[in-house]
Amino acid sequence: MASSKMGVEQRFVAALLGRSTEDELQYTEDLIGNNFSNYSAWHNRSMLLSEILKRKEQESSSQDIISKEYEFVLNALYTDPDDQSGWFYHLWLLDQTFKVKAPLLVSSWPVPGSELIVSGNVSPGDHPLTSFSEFTVALERFPVVLYFNQTVEGVNSSTVTIQCTFVQNEDVTWKPLSPQNSRASKVWVGYLDLSGVDHHSSAPHTIEVKLGHHQGINSSNGLQLSVPFDLSFTVSVKSLETQSSKDEKVAWEEDKFYACETHLQVAIPSLCYDGIAVENTYKPTTSDWQIETITEEISQIRNLLAISDSKIGKITLARLLMAHDAMSSPYATKTVHAEEVLGLYSELMKLDPSHSQYYKDERSLVLLQQLLSSRGMLLRHCFYYGGITSSSTHGPICLRLNNQSISRMGSFDKLLWVQMLDLSDNELHSIEGLEAMQLLHWLNLGRNKLRSFTALGPLRCLKSLKVLNISHNEIGLHSIDTTRYSCSASPLSHNGEIIWNGDEFSPENADVTNYWEAFMVFKSLELTQLDIVGNAVANEKFKSFLLKVLPKLQFLDGQNLH
Amino acid sequence: MGELVGNKHVEYILSVERRKDDFHSVLMDYLRMNGAYWGLTTLDLLGKLDTVNSEDVVSWIMTCQHESGGFAGNVGHDPHLLYTISAVQVLGLFDKLDVLDINKVTGYVTSLQKEDGSFSGDILGEVDTRFSYIAICCLSILKRLDSMDVEKAVKYILSCKNMDGGFGCIPGGESHAGQIFACVGALAITGSLHHIDKDLLGWWLCERQVKSGGFNGRPEKLPDVCYSWWVLSSLTMIDRVHWIDKEKLVKYILDCQDTENGGISDRPDDAVDVYHTYFGVAGLSLLEYPGVKAIDPAYALPVNVVDRIFFGRCST
Repeated sequence: MASSKMGVEQRFVAALLGRSTEDELQYTEDLIGNNFSNYSAWHNRSMLLSEILKRKEQESSSQDIISKEYEFVLNALYTDPDDQSGWFYHLWLLDQTFKVKAPLLVSSWPVPGSELIVSGNVSPGDHPLTSFSEFTVALERFPVVLYFNQTVEGVNSSTVTIQCTFVQNEDVTWKPLSPQNSRASKVWVGYLDLSGVDHHSSAPHTIEVKLGHHQGINSSNGLQLSVPFDLSFTVSVKSLETQSSKDEKVAWEEDKFYACETHLQVAIPSLCYDGIAVENTYKPTTSDWQIETITEEISQIRNLLAISDSKIGKITLARLLMAHDAMSSPYATKTVHAEEVLGLYSELMKLDPSHSQYYKDERSLVLLQQLLSSRGMLLRHCFYYGGITSSSTHGPICLRLNNQSISRMGSFDKLLWVQMLDLSDNELHSIEGLEAMQLLHWLNLGRNKLRSFTALGPLRCLKSLKVLNISHNEIGLHSIDTTRYSCSASPLSHNGEIIWNGDEFSPENADVTNYWEAFMVFKSLELTQLDIVGNAVANEKFKSFLLKVLPKLQFLDGQNLH
Repeated sequence: MGELVGNKHVEYILSVERRKDDFHSVLMDYLRMNGAYWGLTTLDLLGKLDTVNSEDVVSWIMTCQHESGGFAGNVGHDPHLLYTISAVQVLGLFDKLDVLDINKVTGYVTSLQKEDGSFSGDILGEVDTRFSYIAICCLSILKRLDSMDVEKAVKYILSCKNMDGGFGCIPGGESHAGQIFACVGALAITGSLHHIDKDLLGWWLCERQVKSGGFNGRPEKLPDVCYSWWVLSSLTMIDRVHWIDKEKLVKYILDCQDTENGGISDRPDDAVDVYHTYFGVAGLSLLEYPGVKAIDPAYALPVNVVDRIFFGRCST
């Protein structure tokens, strides 16, 4: 423990002696020169550099300093590529180079320019049928979702204005989507009440969303969102011919899904993000220096790897390649290097099997980016559910990502439009981030590795969710809950939401105490269909408890309850 | 692979408890309260808490309480947060928290909070994020967390966050697994885990696992069984524990046992002590080793004890 304070004491003494930060930097250089494996010295160097960079007012002098640091650390890495300390510093430098500065909007639902048809009077079990040229949403309340490049605060009706004929801007309440009840989030949602709209008129209403015109949206380090974003889209509200499904349950079987690319080509564009209007809204923000630096570093690390099979070297290269791809315009085909990166992670799983689950998670994120990288790739995974009942109408569009060895979900900024999602037969043990998918109505998480109800915490934010399959997971099988502190609605949470009003834990309500995690998740959802078979927790006692918590349930494990 | 010789460890702990007068025990006299926590929690995790006379322990604990409300390491010593938390935790194990004057203990803990939200360990004033964790854990168990300035306490902890995603003992202090556990635990208890970059910290933590399967506390250092707790509990709280090789860690911990006389040491073939015995067994608990009760990673107490405190009744 003593040496962890040494650096701080050293700076204190240095300050007393009037030694400059630059002198200190030289001192760390000497220490590192003597022994590259001196993690403390690298740590102190990063602290000193942070201070120096803060003081620099000119962009160019910061860039010079960082470029020199790259030379310095590369020297250390070439000398001993297997020592971790230098690599950690290199990763910190990368972070400084690509430090996201101001908050920006990167994605939204609806997408600018889209023309939507909304059925506002649909009851939960119905599957609205629409013609192939339209994208339809069955909603009770209309969500507008804003997805930023970092966690932000201050999204409200003063900083984001909505103009439309049927809702007053002041009546729109913006909420951060965070299972942790935080005031800040990367994803925000505001709901528009459709009840004021005339359902008999199918005239489209234009809705305009404007942000960045008034100060107030800022990141945790105080930087403001100052680039304005103006989105407009049209909404027609109509009563649709619905397939009443009071007696029909959703079956996630192969023969229920129909590929129909030509029709999807027409329907999907309004959801997709590669239109010109979108290009103008979401601007890329990388500088020439950043592009040069990353290209140079990629080349240097490749050289290093040619002479030494360093594990962290491979990890660094993978991250560099992904950062390089991320720098191109958000909606260009961004996955030039994806194949190489997937290959690197596969190699790493063999080189370092102890950490294979880490590489698998990283690999999943890259795979998802690749699968969603272009309209062509996306369409291959979109299917109509329930077939085609007449020559001109169809059921909802399902994004099928089943059986992809996905251990972790990501790319949510590209998935905001999804209403039906099939993630079955994967290796998910977490659904962190899923709270962003506000349109989700039907979700299949069957045959994954979910281990507890607290891991399903993000579902509490999905107000549209009606059909859920979590069959054949590991809920009830484990004594240790790794998401026990991740959900603010937990009774263990200090500042969490108050959904427990004290009566819940009385002796008569033994079940609530015993099954509090399930109670916490399901109490906020109005599911009509649930599949939980194949989980250790799902015995008769638990199922009868569920029936009390989910009064609107029509199907449990395939059985019709009425 | 070997197996956990739970009964030998129970024997070992009970024998240490009895050996009050030998040289080693006399040296360790001042931290007997911590020893009590390590030993008794281990017994509870192995299902053998009832082999100890709870009344004797509880009355001894109360003789260690100072007029300030804080607890000392042993009778006649000075109070400190380090011993206060152990006292409260042991009372929690025996479901005897009601013997406490809650206001008195709360008053002692809150008196140690500084303007910037940090905590010192005692009136002499050395500040460390470990003490922030202890204060938060202690007041939360007593259900008096709101008696401190939680927002400031959290803000101070976050000011100790480093470039590698980890935490140090004070702002600017280097990341170390022990400090990371303290900060992550404090943030978990106060519902503030969303401030942590879980991927960045998770990766740094999982890289503590070395070739032998054990964990070190910082890069390039030697493994030690105590890190099986500090790194593992941190990873568990941020839901990244699947990033390590669980089997290899189990093997490492089992190799650190003295299978003849009981007890666990820091590394295979070293001398055993109660401290490492606790961390080894607690680590095995987080790894779901059969026959070991589940432990809560934030409070470092068995899950049924934490549930009893917060739900007012044991969960089945």
